[in-house]
Amino acid sequence: MDILQVNHLKKYFSSQRAVDSISFNLSKGSIFGLLGPNGAGKTTLIRMITGIFYPDEGEILFEGSPFDPKNDITHIGYMPEERGLYKKMRIGEQAVYLAQLKGLSKQEATQKVKEWFVKFEMQSWWSKKVEDLSKGMGQKLQFVTTVLHEPKLIILDEPFSGLDPVNSNLIKDEIYALARKGSTIIFSTHRMEQVEEICDHIILVNRGQKILDGSVAGVKQQFKENLFSIGLEGTGNSSSTTAKAFEVVGNKEGSLIVKIRDGYRSNDVLSHFINEGQNITAFTEILPSLNDIFIRLVEGTPLARQFQPTTA
Amino acid sequence: MSNKIWLITRREYTTRVRNKTFLLSTFLLPLAIILFITVSVWISLQGKSQHRIAVIDANGYFKDYLKSDSSISFNFSPELDTLNYAEKGNTAVLIIPVLPEGQKTIYRLKYKKQLALEGISDLQGRIDNAIVDHMIYQKTSVSRAKLDSVRKSADIAELRSYEDQGKIAKASNQGASTAIGYICGTLIYMLTFIYGAAVMRGVMEEKTTRIAEVVISSVKPFQLMMGKILGIGAVGLTQFMLWVVLLVSLALLAQGLIPHDIMMEVAKQQQANAMGMSSAPGVSSAAQKVAEFTGFLNTPNWGLILFCFLFYFIGGYLFYSALFAAIGSAVNEDVQEAQSLMLPVTMPVIFSFFIMTIVMRDPGGQLGVWASIIPFSSPIVMMGRIPFGVPGTVPWWQLGLSMMLLVAGFIFTVWMAGKIYRTGILMYGKKPTWRTMWKWAFKA
Repeated sequence: MDILQVNHLKKYFSSQRAVDSISFNLSKGSIFGLLGPNGAGKTTLIRMITGIFYPDEGEILFEGSPFDPKNDITHIGYMPEERGLYKKMRIGEQAVYLAQLKGLSKQEATQKVKEWFVKFEMQSWWSKKVEDLSKGMGQKLQFVTTVLHEPKLIILDEPFSGLDPVNSNLIKDEIYALARKGSTIIFSTHRMEQVEEICDHIILVNRGQKILDGSVAGVKQQFKENLFSIGLEGTGNSSSTTAKAFEVVGNKEGSLIVKIRDGYRSNDVLSHFINEGQNITAFTEILPSLNDIFIRLVEGTPLARQFQPTTA
Repeated sequence: MSNKIWLITRREYTTRVRNKTFLLSTFLLPLAIILFITVSVWISLQGKSQHRIAVIDANGYFKDYLKSDSSISFNFSPELDTLNYAEKGNTAVLIIPVLPEGQKTIYRLKYKKQLALEGISDLQGRIDNAIVDHMIYQKTSVSRAKLDSVRKSADIAELRSYEDQGKIAKASNQGASTAIGYICGTLIYMLTFIYGAAVMRGVMEEKTTRIAEVVISSVKPFQLMMGKILGIGAVGLTQFMLWVVLLVSLALLAQGLIPHDIMMEVAKQQQANAMGMSSAPGVSSAAQKVAEFTGFLNTPNWGLILFCFLFYFIGGYLFYSALFAAIGSAVNEDVQEAQSLMLPVTMPVIFSFFIMTIVMRDPGGQLGVWASIIPFSSPIVMMGRIPFGVPGTVPWWQLGLSMMLLVAGFIFTVWMAGKIYRTGILMYGKKPTWRTMWKWAFKA
């Protein structure tokens, strides 16, 4: 079942079509990557999903029924990119307070905060103030306050910024664990290697519109360029090889990079070298990284989003 | 919905009340005010230096009428003139030419050290009296000494004013009313600024630390704003209540320190007052002072004043703090920005205070009536007028209309601020203009 369905969502500001008819579905338990360059409209989209903004047009279905911010908001955990905490408030009280705002009773909230603090080894922080914490520590606390009320939908905007690799892994493991328990996660970032590692499904947004939607593997297949890497024993001057089936586009660490021409298959490449009597030690397809795809799709659009009239 | 406002209100309240600065300001502010008053009274008493005025009199009789005292000493020594008066230790020289009857003649004062306005009018009065006394003596041969003794024994009447309330007439005291009016108006003025600014700083803090977006994903912006306003308002009320308790207990303590026999005399004096006598026989001046002071404290209608004060404090606070919250949500980190946007909100508060000081001289006048009905100025100006008496100086219809308009006024400002806040709290970057804020309030 889809936990979230977004249909033709639109939000226009006076000088900007921030979100221009975006649709997507989100199945329960998936980890979903929301990608896009700066100013693409990701934050506006997220703010509509979290009930901060009302859409101008279109609808959001939460668990199959129209999104009702008043009630559904308690099932959502949102960690904005621009995040913060009350600096002068004690850490334990602050976490309990934020959980109470999500509808938990005080006892429930206190108990959950204690559990999470034990899990993240933060027990000694309870009566410290946020201003005493480092940026990374603050980040961990922020993550805890986001997921404490066991939301069905968790939205994380750049959750790893400012975290060291150890703490990044800690959070990453928690994200997997939450997804296994049935939470759905929307993960917004610019860091493509993290998306590749974590996400099942991605959409790419640019200039207010969705330009790509699919599983990570599917998207890579869609954008593959028929590149293969071939390892040959005792490669000498084979980089000058010419053949009908392919062309050699490079040579990397003793392997040839070849691009198969239209109308030929990978077997044709292999037959070519077998016929030449060469001994093949490796043969793998080179798939584009999400980073390459991202850059290819976004490149060519102006770096800074231009203001545009919205009378359309 | 209201549960979340309650949670936010409670957080605002407890984090502030538990703060050390709250305790310090609650107990130190009254102490500071008392200290300030004591020191300024002391300084003004110390600073009341004697003016030594040399007099060059062409008429020859002023010497008999101008008597030196603690504030002015007159020096009639014949060798004084306009050139050497300062050398001889005088601060000014008064030159009185021959004053012919039936003709206005100018006399002059030349000084090194200026006599204040009060000193000048005092001097003028003394000279006028001297001329009158001299003329009475010339025309009727009644001597100066006789006049003085007549004046002394003529001091037998004292005015007491009463407010006519139909069946009963209540003793009134203009001095008490004025003092209480000033204190109430000034307190509302101060509290509006202190707590309005606290709301603005709180909103700015939430915006700049970026906690606002986190919280707004759990509650509506309006709830966050309202919770803050109510929480800080409750802090203000708590502080005010603590002040009242502090004052009352100090007053009781002071009363406890007065010896028993003096209290007996005070009771006697109060009885005498009730019977229409100014002073009871055999009552010491200390007891008279105490009686006077307790009379002063008993004349105003404290219940009504306290009720109105709470009403106008809460109403005025809601009215203005909503506007302060809107401004806090609109500005970014820049304090200067906040100050320039604050001006249109602080101006009416400052104006109201000035209007109040003018209205205190004529609490029933047109300016007072209108300024105490319009919600922008009503909290301060009305509180200045109420101690003069309801329904005497302030008829019931004025009080009712003023209260109704204030309620309508704060509902409007809270509604409008909510709209501005909703947009402003998530906007970063450029400082909004008044036009964009207007759009947020009325078009979005």
